[in-house]
Amino acid sequence: MMGLPGLLPRFLRAPLGLDRGFAATVGVTMSSPTQATTYPEPSRSTGGADATVAAEIVGRSPRQLAWLRFKRDRTGIVCAVIVAFFILVAVFAPVITWLYGKNAYTLYGQDDNLLNSYGLPVKANGGIDADHWFGIEPGLGRDIFALLVYGIRTSLGISLCVTLLSVALGVCVGLVQGYLGGGTDYVVGRFSDLMMAFPSQLFFIAFTPVIIAMFVSPSDQEPTWIRFTALVLVQFALGWMSLGRLVRAQVLSLRTREYVEAAHLSGASPGRIIRRELLPNVWSTVLVQATLLLPLNVTAEAGLSFLGVGMQKPTPDWGLMFQDAAQYYRSDITYMFFPGIAMVVFVVAFNLLGDAVRDALDPRTVR
Amino acid sequence: MSEQLSLAKPALPSQRKGGPLLEVEGLTKHFPLRDGFLFKRQVGAVQAVDGVDFTIHEGEALGLVGESGCGKSTTGRLVTRLLEPTAGQILYQGHNITHTDRKHLAPIRSQIQMIFQDPYASLNPRQTVGTIITGPMEINHIQPPGGHEKRVRELLETVGLNPEHYNRFPHEFSGGQRQRIGIARALGMQPKLIIADEPVSALDVSIQAQVVNLLQKLQHELGIAFLFIAHDLAIVRHFSHRVAVMYLGKIMEIGNRTDIYETPRHPYTHALLSAAPEANPDDEQERIRLAGDVPSPINPPTGCRFRTRCWKAQQKCTTEEPPLLQIAGNNTGHLTACHYPQDPTTAARDEDVVLDPALAALEQNAQESAEESAEESAEGSAEEQ
Repeated sequence: MMGLPGLLPRFLRAPLGLDRGFAATVGVTMSSPTQATTYPEPSRSTGGADATVAAEIVGRSPRQLAWLRFKRDRTGIVCAVIVAFFILVAVFAPVITWLYGKNAYTLYGQDDNLLNSYGLPVKANGGIDADHWFGIEPGLGRDIFALLVYGIRTSLGISLCVTLLSVALGVCVGLVQGYLGGGTDYVVGRFSDLMMAFPSQLFFIAFTPVIIAMFVSPSDQEPTWIRFTALVLVQFALGWMSLGRLVRAQVLSLRTREYVEAAHLSGASPGRIIRRELLPNVWSTVLVQATLLLPLNVTAEAGLSFLGVGMQKPTPDWGLMFQDAAQYYRSDITYMFFPGIAMVVFVVAFNLLGDAVRDALDPRTVR
Repeated sequence: MSEQLSLAKPALPSQRKGGPLLEVEGLTKHFPLRDGFLFKRQVGAVQAVDGVDFTIHEGEALGLVGESGCGKSTTGRLVTRLLEPTAGQILYQGHNITHTDRKHLAPIRSQIQMIFQDPYASLNPRQTVGTIITGPMEINHIQPPGGHEKRVRELLETVGLNPEHYNRFPHEFSGGQRQRIGIARALGMQPKLIIADEPVSALDVSIQAQVVNLLQKLQHELGIAFLFIAHDLAIVRHFSHRVAVMYLGKIMEIGNRTDIYETPRHPYTHALLSAAPEANPDDEQERIRLAGDVPSPINPPTGCRFRTRCWKAQQKCTTEEPPLLQIAGNNTGHLTACHYPQDPTTAARDEDVVLDPALAALEQNAQESAEESAEESAEGSAEEQ
């Protein structure tokens, strides 16, 4: 009988009062959207009696309400934890490999004779053992765990830069289009249409070498940071339009709201209206879009590396690992396994997080 | 408690306190209609407001009434300079502010404020009540003694809200409370003129009276002039000293409240008043039912704009536009734009004016069936006996 509360489904537990979490959820639902504390009728609320209760009256901002809603969303919380884990892994990659005692560039397979004459790991399951947790890379013989940790760092770094730049430009363009309207809106809008007409994958493949050639002559070996910058620029060039359109649409609808007119009436400058009245109301959309854009950029970056125009060996990169693993998948499937699972988990978690953020910020949207 | 007054007993209008505060002459707003492929050209214009003249004196409340789409709100927005007038002049305390830009308008900005129709759209959902009310003060460098927060608390108390709601967000308030916040925001600027654009039409009827009485109290105590835009005739009668009746972008009749409500001359005013429900059903009131819809403001009728729905329209009305004049038998300041004005009374005539043929047929049927049922019930009761 002790185990029963855990086994009962929620709809049975709730009436019995066994599920405290659920009860708390209901409590929050009832109090948050309207008023947390009761307050007296406004027309007669000038008496002194209110002053004593008054100290408790603190409003909940839309942001606090969104946070409350988000906390109730268990999927969202789990995904947030997973995403945070990946980001921590990327940020602390040097620390992790230091603790782990390996690095991403040493050719352990060749040094310690862990590879056979075909370049495949000698030990079973891709060479997984106590020293090399995820096995070793066929061919070069690097440690896959260290490689993956650094690969995540590179890929996330590129995607994060792309996302941040796209969001920044998208928001600026959208604000300008939406706020100024008229001819500016038309010209900028047609330009962003033009950019949208480019087939993005083809553009990436064709232009990454071009951009790199602009900095380094094709005969030289280019430094890693130039390739990094080139990849960011190429993806950013075609990444900002969708957000720009969205922000424009939002601003267009917000601009005619009466509170914006009230700000005009008080003589507010356009800068102040954009900063104080429009931007705070656009942020939620931007945040949701950004969380959906990032996993998209991660997969795009991995795709580029897979196709051979992304990062180059020996720089560790998530996409490069797929490219590499694809050559060995018949004889060493474990190599594909770890970056693959990590990528799937990351993308799914990030997308679900995006949905959860949207639900929290805008509960009225019906999926 | 002044807020508990019913709408049926309007307070006596206070006399004009000062000189003209706002003078509007020939105010016009045409919204261009563009069409064409690739190259847009203007194919016409929505003549939302077409040559409107009126004056608001200091501390006076001018009511602006009319059907939906007759240009009331556009007039309000033109006066506050939210829209750019196509033609005409707006004089505020003798200064021409018709096309003044934002920087030069700054000293006057704080003196003309607006109360909006939709209390759910007029407050920024991301700002606290405190921020909403202090924002305009900061912009206009108004430094109230004791700081902004103290002033906001005073204002909240003035409009009948709990001053401790300072840190709350708009979504935590009801429609009526939000409208009070909007009023507090306008009051924070110490305005001399408030444009109230249908301030109560989005509110519950029970709240309407509270908000109107609050506005009236402020008007009396602070001496603020109002341009009160509404389509509810009873509220305008309660609130305004003078009333202007608009139809299709033009003022049809303007005058003191009693002149408009008790001795209207323009047929349109008669029609409007006859449509308003009366508290006392025994009062014999004239009945006028207009036919059809308001003509399109893109292509308004020639001459008098009301002629297409007027039962007194004659040839002269098509060719000649009636000027807004004080016609014979009117009090001073009571101007009417009509060639063939009605008698100055609202008492019932012998015959109702029912211009709508469908409505006329319907009423006839209803009358007949009522007679039949009366006969039947009489027969029934006879049988029972």
